[in-house]
Amino acid sequence: MGSIPSAVKHCLSYETLAQDYPWLARWLQEEKYGAICEFPKTVKIVEVGPRDGLQNEKEMVPTEVKIQLINMLSETGLPVIEATSFVSFKWVPQMADHVDVLKGITKSPHVKYPVLTPNLRGYQAAVEAGATEVAVFGSASETFSKKNINCSIKESMLRFKEVISSAKQAGIPVRGYVSCALGCPYEGHIEPAKVTEVAKMMYDLGCYEISLGDTIGVGTPKLMANMLQSVMKEIPTSALAVHCHDTHGQALANILIALQMGISVVDSSVAGLGGCPYAPGASGNVSTEDVVYMLHGLGIETGVNLSKVINAGEFICQALNRRTHSKVAQATVKS
Amino acid sequence: MATLMRFVNHSFCSRMGHRSIALSCNSSVARAFGAAAGKPLPAKVKIVEVGPRDGLQNEQTIVPAEVKIRLIDMLSEAGLPVIEATSFVSPKWVPQMADQVEVMQGIHKKPGVNYPVLTPNLKGFQAAVKAGAQEVAIFGAASELFSKKNINCSVEESLQRFEEVTKAAKAQGVLVRGYVSCVLGCPYEGKVSPEKVAHVAKRLYAMGCYEISLGDTTGVGTPGGMSEMLEAVKQEVPVDALAVHCHDTYGQALANILVALQMGISVVDSSIAGLGGCPYAKGASGNVATEDVVYMLHGLGIQTGVDLHKLMDAGAFICQFLNRRTSSKVSQAACKL
Repeated sequence: MGSIPSAVKHCLSYETLAQDYPWLARWLQEEKYGAICEFPKTVKIVEVGPRDGLQNEKEMVPTEVKIQLINMLSETGLPVIEATSFVSFKWVPQMADHVDVLKGITKSPHVKYPVLTPNLRGYQAAVEAGATEVAVFGSASETFSKKNINCSIKESMLRFKEVISSAKQAGIPVRGYVSCALGCPYEGHIEPAKVTEVAKMMYDLGCYEISLGDTIGVGTPKLMANMLQSVMKEIPTSALAVHCHDTHGQALANILIALQMGISVVDSSVAGLGGCPYAPGASGNVSTEDVVYMLHGLGIETGVNLSKVINAGEFICQALNRRTHSKVAQATVKS
Repeated sequence: MATLMRFVNHSFCSRMGHRSIALSCNSSVARAFGAAAGKPLPAKVKIVEVGPRDGLQNEQTIVPAEVKIRLIDMLSEAGLPVIEATSFVSPKWVPQMADQVEVMQGIHKKPGVNYPVLTPNLKGFQAAVKAGAQEVAIFGAASELFSKKNINCSVEESLQRFEEVTKAAKAQGVLVRGYVSCVLGCPYEGKVSPEKVAHVAKRLYAMGCYEISLGDTTGVGTPGGMSEMLEAVKQEVPVDALAVHCHDTYGQALANILVALQMGISVVDSSIAGLGGCPYAKGASGNVATEDVVYMLHGLGIQTGVDLHKLMDAGAFICQFLNRRTSSKVSQAACKL
């Protein structure tokens, strides 16, 4: 074969090629640009305002207001609206009217209305009230699990197993949540491997989708990427969702990185309602309006009508007598 | 010849192959962080603090000079490398900045920290230099209508005014930073073409601005628009000379900044406590909060030299004086109320 003369090597260097063939450099630039701007074509938004949002409100929201909110959200094009929670009213008084809400809403044929069911008893009550999809709520942090649902992670999996078995028999899909995916208010840093372990347990039990929650909004894009990389080794990307809190203003950046990594399901809350009563200082789910604004700006389809979401947000904020957390709503609605 | 062609193919394909591997295969993390482009995120980011100027100029309450001075001194102690101190515009246009000389002369100038001031024209430049300014900033627009409404002249006229400033600055060894506003949209014109932004940026760079700050003045931009715009500007101005100035009016600022970092930008403008906006862009409010930017950068492992706690103290100080809540979520989360 023989060695290539140095003069020839020089001529064949990338830099020289780029100089002589500008289209090549441009093409490579586009590829570079394309890599950063590779996003899913469609993103499914899971609206958690009526449950995750409202359950954190101190003032009891009347049933009819909840129903109207959900009905308004049903008209926006949102494909999934978490309607209520079949937990004991002793723990979450705001959700005491779960049966009335689930029975009272006008169910759109294009929308799913999952409800939270922490255990078999809650599941049975939910099905009796007409639920056709349920959700179970695990944690990547032992301490948070004990403080939030009063049992260890292992014990919670046993509870979920009961729910999922029954749901499977009834043909009812189950969504799984993993909280504290990017940090815990009690334990601090949570290892991605732990998040993966819990997510995998829930997926293997039969959850069709796992929503990974940055419960106290401490995460930043690198933490999000590291966590997702770990989880994506065990669970198909299409079965994953991100549930970001905007407590430190990082939610949209975290969602962006998740999208770049192929995630195509995002949880959010109209008007940025909600937080977690069990995580001190935690506040603010990311606002659905702000998420939709970003997704549409990226050319990603959501099926959602942003103006109608803003209207629904305006309605609930008026009922709660407080300002929306959504920046898009603040910029758009002339108060 | 055949050997040569095989070598060409191999050399080309192995380069391509390397990129393909980085792009498609494993490291979705690397891909997400732009490492596919051969560029990881910057190790360091320079934060340009615009609160005392861009922030305060939009406040209704006139802030006394001593409060401005105290704020700037606290920001200097927080480790910020650049703090835009004031603006040498006519008090008729921006009454908040009427105490420009007093502020400029009253602040404690920390060694190693730059204190640029805005100078819209030669007159303002001369006054700034007289007051001790060693760096100035000029403020252009990528939108004709915005230029006319904001600085009362066309884009071309403004560039001619700026040339007078940059010539005088060069003669006196004063650095000049250039701003381009409305880079992702204009409140009057709507969509702004990336080519127009690149053209204005190129002109400012060519006339001697060492850095061009690209501003999403009304915060309408989203990451796709940001990358498209930066792609166009990078063809004309070296990326090391570019900065992003994002408004958080629609909550998009941090996502836009993240994409900018992925594209090689390493200078970010922000405003303490999220002060400010633009009185000439209806509905515009909210520079991105420095605290929230620093939180993200530190979380990404990027060095800024900034002490977040001291920064939050400065934010608390100015919000207390203005009697209003901080717009920084990081500060809101830390403050147990």
